[in-house]
Amino acid sequence: MAQYAILLYAQAPADADDLTPQEREAHQRHADELGDAMLTAFALQPSTTATSIRGDAVTDGPFVDAKEVVAGFCVIEAPDLDAALEMARRNPITQLGGGVEVRPVASGFVRG
Amino acid sequence: MTDVEAAVVDAHRRRWALVLASTARVAGDLDLAEECVQEAYAAALTSWARDGIPDNPAAWLTTTARRRAMDAVRRERVFRSKLPLLIEPEPEEPADEGDMDEPEDAVPDERLRLIFMCCHPALAQEAQLALTLRLVCGVPTVDIARAFLVPETTMAARLTRAKKKISTARIPYRVPGAAALPDRLRGVLGVIHLLFTTGYTAPSGTSLMRTDLMDQALHLARMLRELMPDEREVWGLLALLLVTDARRATRVDSRGRLLRLEDQDRSRWDRAAIGEAHDLIVGGLRGGRPGRYVLQAAIASLYAEAPAYDQTDWPQIVTLYDALLKVWPSPVVALNRTVALARVSGPARALADVEELEKDERLAGYQYLPAIKADLLRRLGRARAASAAYRQAMELATNEAERVFLAEQLSDLEEADQEAGR
Repeated sequence: MAQYAILLYAQAPADADDLTPQEREAHQRHADELGDAMLTAFALQPSTTATSIRGDAVTDGPFVDAKEVVAGFCVIEAPDLDAALEMARRNPITQLGGGVEVRPVASGFVRG
Repeated sequence: MTDVEAAVVDAHRRRWALVLASTARVAGDLDLAEECVQEAYAAALTSWARDGIPDNPAAWLTTTARRRAMDAVRRERVFRSKLPLLIEPEPEEPADEGDMDEPEDAVPDERLRLIFMCCHPALAQEAQLALTLRLVCGVPTVDIARAFLVPETTMAARLTRAKKKISTARIPYRVPGAAALPDRLRGVLGVIHLLFTTGYTAPSGTSLMRTDLMDQALHLARMLRELMPDEREVWGLLALLLVTDARRATRVDSRGRLLRLEDQDRSRWDRAAIGEAHDLIVGGLRGGRPGRYVLQAAIASLYAEAPAYDQTDWPQIVTLYDALLKVWPSPVVALNRTVALARVSGPARALADVEELEKDERLAGYQYLPAIKADLLRRLGRARAASAAYRQAMELATNEAERVFLAEQLSDLEEADQEAGR
């Protein structure tokens, strides 16, 4: 099995508090459907709360200035890219004006 | 060429994809698989000269390449076991030796898998085409680079990147399930068509065609038809290639100069290919709305089946273009439609459409737009405007044979204009 990170993108500032109860429910249902294949998942606070550091310079806002920003991410386990894409495609954000990027995981660890 | 050399060349042309596909499964890595297959072909030259050409060259090559791949995988494992601190991904289990005698019917499926892997939507269209050329057709990287007009190192880097994505992201080596098939098939058909058109009018150079690429495309289209006998768009693509290729011998004169459709010697067209295409199209038009390739083939077929250029069924062609625009709303299709429309409704009506299409940014820099416009203006007696359009087309032309043709059209026009002015 291979691990893939699914990065969720949405219109800036991508505030999780803006989600309607139905949308929240859809995300929860999606996580339930994936079951054991979903290893970990995080929703992020809006990009307006982000602070970036490049070299020594500290600036306000996300690292890349773009209309769409990372709203959250999850890591899934799948036998191959097609299986990973199938899971990623079912992510509710793809139907809510946002989208996802699927990236194979090279390495990592989780404490505890 | 000796018999052995000829046998190796033939096996390379016809069996490369099969041998590679089957080796890739053992190697679990495309670069390693390619290396082993290349070595197997090289070994065949000496081995066959010594022992004679085997009854089944493909089986010999497959066995040899797979053995080499298995040896390499084993060596790699021993190497890894001596470096226990390295965190390693689970190695792919190499197939047993006994697995090597594959049933005959597994053969086409292997090649199809390879094509579908190369045309995975996770790869850029250009990478799809380059990989198909390299892995399925066995075209050397230097030739692919030439077809794409980039330096060999650039193309090699592109291929490496695409192959790395296949292994790192684990793009599976399989024909997708029924649900994903239509999407993937579109990519596969697109790649084969692009391969053919790249050969049909070479993007650069002095000769109009690269017939080796056309042959490869035809071969792939035939293979796809064997493997997916019920897909009407596959019939359409094969028919389109056949009917276009049927005119291959008459597209240039003895001096390599381009000949227009109306000036070509119809008696030298390949009637068998045109007939085969006709049958495919009739089948493809039956049942349900025909797709892009069936319609394109039907249009090409009407041009090819007319006894003379002036007897072409123009109204029917315009009708087919209208249907084509509905399933494939491309500005190039709309432009090509104006050629037939000029015959049905006159050059003035067609020119109005061309001028409308000129506003489409996607056609800016498309040499055939000013070329078509020039022809219409000439027929309307507007010599000055026609000259300007010919010059514009010449500036945009990248193929030397096409540029020479346009230059001749221009000089004919200017001569006639001067005589009329006298």
